[in-house]
Amino acid sequence: MLIRIFKNLARFIVTFLAATLVVFGIMRVLPGDPAAIAAGENATPEIVEQLAKEFGTDRPLPVQFWDWFSGLLRGDFGVSYVTRTDISPLVLDKVQVSLILVTLAMLLALAIAIPLGTLAAVRHKKASGALISALSQLGIAIPGFLLGILLVSLVSLRLGWLPANGWTPPGEDFGDFIRRIILPVTALAGVQSAIVMRYVRSAVLETMHEDYLRTARAKGLSPMKALLKHGLRNAAIPVLTVTSVQFAALIIGAVVIERVFVIPGLGSMLLTAVGNRDLLTVQSVVMVLVAITLLINLIVDVLYTILDPRLRAAD
Amino acid sequence: MSESLLEVKGLSISAGSKSLVQDLEFSMRVGERIGLIGESGSGKSLTATSLLGLLPDELHVSGEAKLRGVEHNLLSAPDKVMRSLRGDEISMVFQEPLTALNPLMSVGAQVAEVMTQHRKVPRRAAASRAVELLASVKLPDPAVAARAYPHQLSGGQRQRVMVAMALANDPQLLLCDEPTTALDVTVQRQVLALISEQVRERGTGLLFITHDLAVVANMCTKVLVLNNGRIVEAGDMEQVFSSPAHPYTRALLAASDMDATDERGRLFTVATAAAYVPPVPGEILDPAAEALVPTVQETPGQVSARQPLINASGLGRTYHREWTSLFGPRPEVRALHDVSFMVEAGERLGVVGESGSGKSTLLRLLAGLDQPTSGSVLVAGTQVAGAKENQLVGLRQQLQIVFQDPMGSLDPRMRVRDIVEEPLLVPGQKLNAGQRAAEVSTMLEAVGLDADAADRYPHQFSGGQRQRISIARALICKPRLLIADEPVSALDVSVRAQVLNLLADLVDEYALTLVFVSHDLAVVRHLCDRVVVMKDGEIVESGSTEEIYNNPQHPYTRELIASSMSLREQVANP
Repeated sequence: MLIRIFKNLARFIVTFLAATLVVFGIMRVLPGDPAAIAAGENATPEIVEQLAKEFGTDRPLPVQFWDWFSGLLRGDFGVSYVTRTDISPLVLDKVQVSLILVTLAMLLALAIAIPLGTLAAVRHKKASGALISALSQLGIAIPGFLLGILLVSLVSLRLGWLPANGWTPPGEDFGDFIRRIILPVTALAGVQSAIVMRYVRSAVLETMHEDYLRTARAKGLSPMKALLKHGLRNAAIPVLTVTSVQFAALIIGAVVIERVFVIPGLGSMLLTAVGNRDLLTVQSVVMVLVAITLLINLIVDVLYTILDPRLRAAD
Repeated sequence: MSESLLEVKGLSISAGSKSLVQDLEFSMRVGERIGLIGESGSGKSLTATSLLGLLPDELHVSGEAKLRGVEHNLLSAPDKVMRSLRGDEISMVFQEPLTALNPLMSVGAQVAEVMTQHRKVPRRAAASRAVELLASVKLPDPAVAARAYPHQLSGGQRQRVMVAMALANDPQLLLCDEPTTALDVTVQRQVLALISEQVRERGTGLLFITHDLAVVANMCTKVLVLNNGRIVEAGDMEQVFSSPAHPYTRALLAASDMDATDERGRLFTVATAAAYVPPVPGEILDPAAEALVPTVQETPGQVSARQPLINASGLGRTYHREWTSLFGPRPEVRALHDVSFMVEAGERLGVVGESGSGKSTLLRLLAGLDQPTSGSVLVAGTQVAGAKENQLVGLRQQLQIVFQDPMGSLDPRMRVRDIVEEPLLVPGQKLNAGQRAAEVSTMLEAVGLDADAADRYPHQFSGGQRQRISIARALICKPRLLIADEPVSALDVSVRAQVLNLLADLVDEYALTLVFVSHDLAVVRHLCDRVVVMKDGEIVESGSTEEIYNNPQHPYTRELIASSMSLREQVANP
């Protein structure tokens, strides 16, 4: 167990280091000197040079890298070349928004997908099971933003039950936070639950045919009890895998929904920064994403070991 | 005469219009042990599953099965009633100990569950009773074993857990479906002894399903012979086995009896069973008399001309596992250690050992599919150790393998013609398409398949036929050395003898050198003139087959021979 966690930490560190190098490298290889961009199209070479000095981009690359990297470790992302503001508090703020949005969406998706997927598997030979499967196919086909727009026009505009957009931090006004987050979370969870449901269905179907489920039935357990007690935990492993992958992808993938609902998330920030050629901000956001993804993998791996004793202590 | 325990009348199972089991009728008295014998597809597992009420929904069952003290008909009782009986009055031990236990639950909890399911037992009482049960099935250190997860136990230990679970509530009837088929011979012997001891002690009725007649002879007092879903013969074990009335029973006995051969020195098959003399209870077996005369005749002139075809010396293969501690080296697994042996051209070498003994590793090394970590091995003039793939082209022409699983080792999307032809499509083979086609049909004929087999796909054949295809594929490039890796262990008894005879015929006809890997000592004894016994990656004993069987030196060899059950021996001294 300890070995496993140690290995994971080691992998975390190595991957993170490699990612900093790659991200830094790609950003510097791209055409466009940050100083020249910041100075504008009509700037004289002197102004550009002065700006480069100010930004430190005239120094050798290794020095720049170290400067940026040591800043990262202290949690200091530096000052944007474009907006001339400190990046760290901005990023921190957006990360919070995105994490809240995506976590709630994933939880809702799981709450829908696990019971429905299990039901679809148990009734796979019956019409009800086929119906659930068909619905999940449909769910995958409907893009999240379309669902979002539909929800807004129905729930907000027609019925006027919830605000159409905007974001209130939970610490500021919790009631308003809840009112504003329901629609975007539902829109995000729609597609996700459809995707996860398919995995739940196939995982449960597979465990239903396992010998140990037959053993459980031979002990006198009812089909449902056998499935709940012996099947679901076994089926959880592949579902956990797909959930973690979807989670990581959603942090940025939520950008379309963020736009629809005017939510200041990390995806929107990245999109804006790319549009402004704000190199340092892009670099920072990408590094945050890398860190989050690695962290998710770490957590999921610990969950695997809790779920499955075969992964504990190699003995 | 004791009371009746189970009465089965007119038990039929069908899938749609297809009848799988027809009109089964038998009765079992309290404490009686009945063997249900049959080959794959005979309906024996379905019969047992129907008594538990666990048949798949799409199968239809009719008839009557009455268990002592139960009012309902087991075959038509509602699931609620059956649930109260399962694990309590009727229990079952399944074939696969690897998959029959929940991998995510400790075995103690799994044993305790069957008790709490049927009775109001406090959790702790059930847990301590589970430990007692694990002790009664002779698991070493039962308190520790109860906390262990299935993957931490060996196959034999897991099957012991299954037995403990099945007997936890003292059922009236125990159903065993091939409980030892997946186990090693020495472990099989122990688990059989355990089941036998437990049911005798408790007076449990036993319905024991198996394809292995020697096991039935060892375990049961009565037998039912099932063929195509019908009972063709029933009666006392000794009577049925010594004077079978039905031709199918006789054929099954003949094909199972590895100690008996026809006048050509070949095993009896279904076709030649008429000449077979069944075993007699109380018969005194003289080990020397059963000894088979090796079929290879040596002429003095040949001996000196013989060259070793395989020369292995100091062969070792070590695998590294993942790190298990932060400090210290990675744990090593010695799959093979300092193995040296020689096989002369024309010889038939048997490699015997249980799972984990290194047989498969050795075979992979010989075939150049893996590289040794130490030592050298010369096969048909090619040094395999350290050779690159392109240096092994010659070896691939000289050495061919027949694998264990006739299902998995043939590409399901290739026609038989293409499968058999493939070894001819290597650089250096100069045959044109017409010649290759001719070779394929010659080969198919040689292995006893129809010419029209060439255009069909593997799934259209039975297991035995698929193994014939594998043999045809192996022999088409005229190798000098044939390696057979458990080629008959996945086959039914009646087919097994045919494939073994075919192999023996072809080895003679094509003057092949044979390396035959098997866990089944009787098969090796019949087929091979020399044998090496492997254990834990080392050769513990080697010599001529008869020498080893009649006078084993190493304690492990002795245990192996003592554990393997021959039909004749079991009938003679049940």
